[in-house]
This record gives sequence, structure tokens and C-alpha cells, in this order.
Amino acid sequence: MSTDLADLEKRAVAELTASGDEAALRAWNNKYFGKQGELALALRRIGEVPPADRKVYGQEANRIKEALTQKYEEALAAEQERRLTQSLTENPLDVTLPGRPQSPGRLHLATRTLRQIYSIFADLGFQVYRSRDVESDEYNFELLNMPEHHPARDMWDTFHTTTPGVLLRTHTSPGQIHVMRELAPRPVRVILPGMCYRFEQVTTRSEMQFLQVEGLAIGPSIRMTDLVGTITAFAHRMFGQERQVRIRSSYFPFTEPSIEVDVDWPKDDPNADRLTKGTGWLEIMGAGMVHPTVLRNGGYDPDKVSGFAFGMGPQRIAMLLHAIDDIRLFWQNDLRFLQQF
Amino acid sequence: MKVPLSWLREYVDVTIPIAELARRLTLAGLELSGFRAYGLPVPDGMRVAADEAGPTWAKDKVVTARVLKVEKHPNADKLKLVHAEYGAAQPKVVVTGATNLDVGDAGQKVILGLAGTEYWDGHATPKKLSVLKPTQLRGVPSDAMVMSEFELGLSDEHEGIILLPPDAPVGVPLADLWGDYVLDLDILPNMARCLSLLGVSREVAALTGAKVKLPPTDYPTAGDPMTGKVTVAIADPKLSSRYAALLIRNVKIGPSPSWMQRRLAAAGMRPISNVVDITNYVMLEWGQPLHAFDYDLLAKRAGGKPPAITVRPAKAAEILVTLDGVERKLTPETLVIADTAGPVALAGVMGGRDTEVSDATTNILLEAANFDLVSIRRTMRALDLPSEASLRFSKGIHPELVAGAAGRAARLLAEHAGGSVAAGMADTYPGKPNPQVIDLRLAEIKRILGIDVPAAEVTRILTALEFKVEPADPDALRVTTPPNRLDIQAGAADLIEEVARIYGYDRLPATLLADPLPPQTGNTDLEREERVRDRLVDLGLQEVITYSLTTPDREAPLTGNDERGTMNDESIRPSDSSFIAHRSSFPYVTLVNPISTERTSMRHTVLAGVLEVVAFNLKHADTVKVFEVGSVYLQREGQKLPDEPRRLALALTGKRSQPSWQDGTTPAANVDFYDLKGVVESLVGDLHLPNVTYRRATISQLHPGRSADLVVGDKPVGSFGELHPKVAKSFDLAGRAVLVGEFDLDAILAAIPSRYAYTPVPRFPAALRDVAVVVPEEVTAERLLAEIRTAGAGLLRDVRLFDLYRGPSIPPGTKSLAFALTYQAEDRTLTDKEVDKAHKKIEDRLVHVLKGTIRGKE
Repeated sequence: MSTDLADLEKRAVAELTASGDEAALRAWNNKYFGKQGELALALRRIGEVPPADRKVYGQEANRIKEALTQKYEEALAAEQERRLTQSLTENPLDVTLPGRPQSPGRLHLATRTLRQIYSIFADLGFQVYRSRDVESDEYNFELLNMPEHHPARDMWDTFHTTTPGVLLRTHTSPGQIHVMRELAPRPVRVILPGMCYRFEQVTTRSEMQFLQVEGLAIGPSIRMTDLVGTITAFAHRMFGQERQVRIRSSYFPFTEPSIEVDVDWPKDDPNADRLTKGTGWLEIMGAGMVHPTVLRNGGYDPDKVSGFAFGMGPQRIAMLLHAIDDIRLFWQNDLRFLQQF
Repeated sequence: MKVPLSWLREYVDVTIPIAELARRLTLAGLELSGFRAYGLPVPDGMRVAADEAGPTWAKDKVVTARVLKVEKHPNADKLKLVHAEYGAAQPKVVVTGATNLDVGDAGQKVILGLAGTEYWDGHATPKKLSVLKPTQLRGVPSDAMVMSEFELGLSDEHEGIILLPPDAPVGVPLADLWGDYVLDLDILPNMARCLSLLGVSREVAALTGAKVKLPPTDYPTAGDPMTGKVTVAIADPKLSSRYAALLIRNVKIGPSPSWMQRRLAAAGMRPISNVVDITNYVMLEWGQPLHAFDYDLLAKRAGGKPPAITVRPAKAAEILVTLDGVERKLTPETLVIADTAGPVALAGVMGGRDTEVSDATTNILLEAANFDLVSIRRTMRALDLPSEASLRFSKGIHPELVAGAAGRAARLLAEHAGGSVAAGMADTYPGKPNPQVIDLRLAEIKRILGIDVPAAEVTRILTALEFKVEPADPDALRVTTPPNRLDIQAGAADLIEEVARIYGYDRLPATLLADPLPPQTGNTDLEREERVRDRLVDLGLQEVITYSLTTPDREAPLTGNDERGTMNDESIRPSDSSFIAHRSSFPYVTLVNPISTERTSMRHTVLAGVLEVVAFNLKHADTVKVFEVGSVYLQREGQKLPDEPRRLALALTGKRSQPSWQDGTTPAANVDFYDLKGVVESLVGDLHLPNVTYRRATISQLHPGRSADLVVGDKPVGSFGELHPKVAKSFDLAGRAVLVGEFDLDAILAAIPSRYAYTPVPRFPAALRDVAVVVPEEVTAERLLAEIRTAGAGLLRDVRLFDLYRGPSIPPGTKSLAFALTYQAEDRTLTDKEVDKAHKKIEDRLVHVLKGTIRGKE
């Protein structure tokens, strides 16, 4: 009988080794370990074994069962591993084929730039204050220290409307008066974004309609050095920590002193020379200490409080950052342009 | 203001490099906007714009010369041979075609360019810089040229060669004679005093520590004195604060000296004649415009009596023919110089033709005067006559400059026009301004600038700018304005600016705001607006920003106020209560001075611009999904300024998804009403708008069967749907479905709750059941949903429509809608029995209330 068992084991091992895939392995398993499997039958035959040999027979049968079980599990695991390896290596994708196109929406470049500006100034405690596009001459000019026929009015080519004394704001500065009159005598720290309009031919460099962001800070002890610190912080955040800021004298009727702020432009930008006209410097904003007359018009006592104001063109900033050489692209809204940002 | 450096150096020493001078001037408020070199190499750190570049005159190659003789060219009629000596052992023989040298000429002073000379080649188009090479011209060897202004980069004049004055030296490098640099400075309104060489010199002096040397203004006098020769009067000192006149006799009109011509040309003015050039020269030097009248013509008009000059407003309908030959009808707005016979000049703007200086003039009356800038600005603008003179008057000139400029001109007229100046000046000066005296407290400088500037430094700076500075008390300086400044109007603030810009803004440290932070109120309105933008971007829409300026015509198809077109078409229903239609009842905010016929009025709708963007992009794309957030401008009765409510406009057209190579031959479907509605639903859902309903829209701009109003509470806040085909056509969008919407953004933002509570996430499993119901066509989905929700109250958590069917298996005039219902309880797992009961209740309600048939249970 032991020879039967030995034969069984030999045969089973040979057949297991010959089983080429998982189905064959499972069939083998069924053949030997199923309810009517050979091992079950062999164990059932223990009754035919002489009683003296039964113990040995039983032990041997169990040993074979365990050995075959182990071999089977190993073979099955190896076969599954082989299959997995095979499936992972067959039919690899052409990863250079394009992905499925997605259609994300995007903010307009101008909005993105405005948000960047809002966020930088929010960190400095400046809140956003907005005011109207269609303005009175009074707010756009007179209260900003530009009475009628003031020479400085030449600095802004103005769209006038058919209602006398009503115009399209040429800058966001009227918002200074609005916010001052709303908040006086409390301190002010705001930025004033908005669309401005100028009687200018639309060219690659000038628009009849453009965005501006002004800043205004008023308080009991605001100094010009604070203005320098604020715009330097802004320039570093917007253009990079390593940027140098240069301040030069300028003129605006509503600030005194008035300055223009330049940043140096990275020399490794291939457009640096064109942008800076070889000077290495780029104008990014006008600024100054709020003119005493403007403070007074806003409801403040210029002997008790002081303030600074600055103004910049977010479109210009975006143009600098992305080497855009045509301002008309902004309102043209060509998706091939807008989708790049 | 073009500043030739050689001219500037006459008044102030410039010892620093040019680039450093340009930098200091720029930082002090005189920004360098251009630079050019005449004949000299471009200095370090400077740059010449490509269109202003020119040849460099090598000192050993471009030299002055004297013509020994001019001969006929042996082989060419139009060419000549010029023998010129230039200091070398041998004279040069040069072939020229110059028209201003003739055979037989001798003694002329010319400019000789030897081999290697850089020059503009006018035969090339465009002109190009060439180097002179020895050649043969019609058989005659030629290795030099007699040069023209064009070839040397002096002007565009290339008709003849340059003829120097007879006393010009020979054999001198031209670079030493005429080589120059010109700084072009931007002059801001408060720096109008720098529209003059002396003004710029004062700045240079203050910035470098040099001293200004004023040019001489004394002059020899001859003949009868001025007394009794002319009277001058000013009608209104507000319009003219000073009027002075000098009489110069026996003037010989001719060309001005070549150095003066060179300077004028370099400064951008064309030389004309000695008298005109001298008035211009003095204007550029002092910033004070002058005018020369022919004295004899004035005397003739006065009928032999001494001319009586009056500065007065023109009388209505007075006429003056100006120098340019234009007959001008005057109004009392215009300030004129008049004599007893009428106006002889537009004050400060342009002279009159009848009293103009001509070649025949011998006696001139030289005017130096001051006029009110506002009056000049009005005249300039009314007559569209900007000139170098009116430009200066219109920005304000100190009246003290009159005497110096007049004296300077008299001296130059005596020197260079042979004039005899009559002693005495007719000078009426009713508007003499008092110098301003300002107490400048040092503490105020610190308060505004944030730094301590020592009193000695403040004194040095202001004194250098010609202010008078005395100590007022230990903490303040008493500062008196100089008689050349009109821009000091804001007291100490103006002086602080002077101190700061000369002290140097680069010396201001950067500090952080030390003032307490004002209360942080935020800007809820903007934050909500930005949320709308973000949501729409999340939904796959591209933001656009279009012009607020448009024309009523372009908007007409959308606003319904086009009298000719679509809106009167009977096939389109008239507008009703929707807010979009309301805009037609407001007038437009319209420009008086539009720059383009395309942009004349402020928009009433944002959608029109958005549709133009759609049409524009469809030229290169087949799918466009865009939105814009922006204001419209509604002029209300009785209001000076318009309302500026905000709108949200959106438009979708094209494919639902982008085509991919994996689609095979099945193209993606086109967007339809429900894509748009999905966007709207998602937006209002994310904004947590309460009580949102939709109803069929009744606005004529949209497809009547495929449009809806968005209603929040009981207020319609916008309409959306498929653009009416006729409207689409008017926007060049014919033949495609364009889904659009325009919404009252202010109303939507106002409806956003300031806070909302979350809905607990279910902890127990949901049970799903479907119901398909057949109902008459007129039963809306909204009605069905409402009934399902009412009947399901309690356990019904969610309803989703998953199928809509019309067809042969159900009766005509009906439709079948299938809903997936989700039942769920917050506190337990529902039993089948509970779910069955709830579901049955819904089915019963659909049957009884809506007369529906539950499919599968007919």
C-alpha cells in the first residue's frame, strides 16, 4: 500500500509540475484534493491496510497531503506572479499619445493680476474700495487740486459726456475723495481698483480703456519713508525679492511730493533691453504724499494727519511679467491668448 | 525740451559724465526721454535711439576747408571739381554735384570729408550709414567729399553742401566746432520753468553744486529814446500782468549767425532769419516768448501817431489774419494785442500778418509780455494753435522774466542784426506778484518725509535753487520764493518736495507703516463677486472683459430699442417685465468726444460684448464658453450720474466636451439649453441662493421655447436660454445654437446668505427606488418634482431625473419622466416596508394630483 502512496505522490508532483496555467493548477487541485480526489480516496482506503500498518500509512498519507498542498500553493503563487508580471509588461500604452483634453475655465489675465495685487496689499492691511466709472468733473479733477484750466489737466485726455460736468474717470483717484469723505476723520488704508478711460487712440501701447489700482493711506503719522517701504514690499512680492527699487521726482497735482517708482529689470530676461529702453529701469507706478488740499477736500486736517497715495496699471504689470507687447490683447479676448494664463 | 549740451555749458559748468548728469536730472524730475549725438561718439552709459543715430565725425577726417577754385568736370555737365585747402600740404580736388557751388566760385568755407568719413548715404533707401571710399567719378579720381547737412546727420537738408560763414577757421575738425550732445528732457507741468536753458541750468547747478552764469542783458542804445514812440496799456491785469516793448531801429534782416542756427536746430527749431531766430533763441534761453512787430507798419496803422498798444479781450466779431494767413473771427474769450485800428496779434499765441516782420522791415517793436495761462489755454484750444510760445505761456511764466529776456534780445539784435536800440522800455507791470514767504519748520520736513534733514542742508538746497533762506526761529527757516518760480503754491509742502528731490529720494530709507491698522472691514461685495467668478471658472467657463464703451446700434438687437430692426418683427414677442428689457427705457451715457464711431456710449448690456467675443473666437474655434462680470450704465431721470449696476453675462456654444482622438468617429454632442441650465443651477447652488425657481422666460431676445427666467424668492434676477435666431444672426452667429444668459449680479450677490448651515452627512445606508410617470405634456418637470418632494417629505432625500421619453409606447400628447429616488433616514437603516410605504405615497400622489400613470403599474 505504501508503494501506492509513493506512486501517488510521484504522479501528483509530476502532474503539478506539468500544469502550465492557473486553470490546469486548479484542475490538478480538484483531481487530488477534491471530495472525490485521489488523496481522499487514498485516505479512505486506509481500511484496506493491515491494522499494524495503518498508523504508518496514515502518517505517510498526511505527510503527502501537506507536501502536495504546500507545493500546490507555491506553484499557484508562482503562476499568479508570472501572470501579473506578464500582464504588466504586455501592451504598454504609447505614453506619448495626447491625454484627453480637459476644458477648465480661467480667469481673465487682468482679473488674475488684480487678485495678486489685492492679496499683496491685503497682507499689508489695505482693503479694496471701489467707486464709479462715470464721474463728475469735481471728483475727477477739482477736488484733486485741479481747478478748471489747470495745466496738469493736460496729463489726462478726457472723455466728456453730453451731460455737462460729467466724464469718464481718467484715473481711479476720484475714489480717494469718495473713500476719504466716507471715512474721515478715521484712518484710511485702501486700494482702489477700477476701469479708467482716456481719449487716446488704441495702439499696441495705449488703450482708451484700462485698469488702474491706486492705494491710499491716511493717518496721524504716515511718512514718505512708509510709502517707500510699502511700495518696496509690493515690488518685491510682485517682481521678486531681489528687485531694486528706484524713486525719482515726478509731478501729480494731488500729491506733494510726487514720485515715480522704477524697478530694475532682470538682465537675464531677453526682453530687458527693449522693455527698459536700455536704462535697466522700468517705471511701475506713480506715488506721493497726499497734497494738503486733497486731504482738506477729503475732510481731513493736513496739519494733523498725513498720507500717501500710489497708482499703478495692472495690465502694464502683467505685460512686464509675461513679455506681452500689445495691450490690445487684453480686451480683444482671443481665447488663444486668454487660455495661456 | 531739447537741451544741447554745448549751449547748457554756457550757463553752468558740467563736470560730471553725461550719463551721471542724465541720471541726476531724471531722479530730480527732469526725465531723460531721448538723447542724440551730433558727430560725437555716444558716451558711456548713454544710448541713442535707432532712428536718431547718426555718423560720428572723426577729427582727422571731417574738417573745415576753404574753396580755392571750382572747375567744370571734364566729362559731366552737372558735376564740378572743387579745389579745397584744409590745412594739409596739398589741397584736395573733390568731385561734387552740389547746386550751391558754381564754376568760378572761390573763398567759400565748406566741410570736407576725407576717405574713411562716416556719412548718411542718401542714395540708399532707407538711408544708411556708409564710409567714404576713394573712387572715380566720371573718370576723375575722388577720395573726399564736400559734405551736406544730411550727409553729416545735421538735418534732412541735402540740396546743397554746407557753406560756413566767411570767418570760419580752416582745417579745424568739425567735431570741435559743431559736435554736440542733445538731452531731451520731459518737462512736467510743475517744472514749466525748465522749458528754458536757464531753467535747466538752475537745476543742474543745484544738483552738482555749480553756479549759474546769467548771459549779459545790457545793450548799447542809440537814437531817440523810446519815450513818445509807443504807448502800452493793459485792460485787465488778471489777463496780462506785464507788457513791455522795446524799439530797435535800422535792423538789417538776414541770416542769423551759424552758431545760433546750429543751436536752434539742435533744440528742434528751424532757423529763419536773424530777427525771428533771436526771439526764438531768447525764448529757449529764458523761457520767455517774444514777438517782433514791424514798427513802421504799426505807425502807419496809427496814422502817423505813436502806436498805442493795448492788451485786451477781443471784441465780438473782430477779425485778425494771423501769420499763417488764416482769417480768424475772434470772441471776447480771446486775448489780443491791439492798436487803435484793431487786433494785431493773438496774445501769446500767434502774431498778425499785417504787422509781420519781413525782409523789408527796418524798425521793429519787440514785445516781451506776460499773459494769463488760462486765457492762453482757452485760445490755444479754441483755435487749435499750439506753438512753442503758447506752450510756454499756457503753463505759466514768471513776469519778472520779461525785462531780462527783452534786454537779452535787444543786445543780440544789436550784435547780430545791426539794430540800434532806443533807450528806455515801455513797460507796464500792473500784476507784479509778491514773492511768497514761507516758514518751513524742520519738524514738518520730518513729519512728511520721515527723515531728519539738517537745517544747513535744507538751506544749501533751497539757496542753490535761488530761494532766499533766513533763520526764522531755532526750528524753522523763513524761505522766500525766487522771481522765476510760480509753482510754489502749497506752502511748506512744495518746499519739502524741493528739498526731497535735490537731497535725493534714494536716500530715503524704507520703513513699515507704524500707524495703527485701521478697522478691517473687508469688502463683502467684492468677495462675493469673486466667488461668482471662481464658480464659473470651476464650471469650465473662460472669463472675458470687454469694452464698456459701445454704440446703441450694436446693442439694439439685445436691448430692444432698435427702431428699424429685429425687435419690431411680429414673430418675436414683445419684451415684458424682465429686467433686461428695462434698459431700453434709459438714455445712454454718451460721449461728446468719442475717439471712434465704434465706442460712443456706455453699455446697457454686458451680453452684447460677450457675443462679439463669441463671434470673434468662432473664427478659429468651434467651442466657446465665456462669461463676463461688469457694469452697465443707466442714466436715470433727474440724476446727474448714471446708476452703474453690475451684470453677469454668459454664453456657451459648440461642443459639450473637447474632441479627443479616442472619440473615434463619434463627435461630442453640442451644448444645449440644459448645459446652460446646469451651469446656472450649479452657480446658484454653490452660492446657496435660497428659494430659487425657474420659469419660462418671456423676453423677446431669447428663443421662446428654450429660455427661462431665474427667480430668487419672487424676483426675477435674469434670463437665460438659447439666443433667438434673429438676434444670433445680428451678432454673426447665425445657424448655431448659442446659449446665453444675463443676470442682475447685484440682486444675486445680495441674495447670498451671509452664513449657511451644513447638511449632516448620512450615517445610515440609502435605499433606491425608481419611478417612471407618464403625464400630459403641459406638466412641467418642476411641478413633478414639487409633487414628489411634497409626497416624499420625511424619508425622501434626493430626486434625480434620469430619463425623459416621448414616443409610440405612450399616448400622444404625453411624456414619460423617470426619476431615481433616494430614501434615507438620519437615525436608522430603513426597512423595505418603510421604503415601500413612502414610495407608494409618492406614486399615489402623482396619479391622483397630476393624473399621471405610473409606468409598469398601468
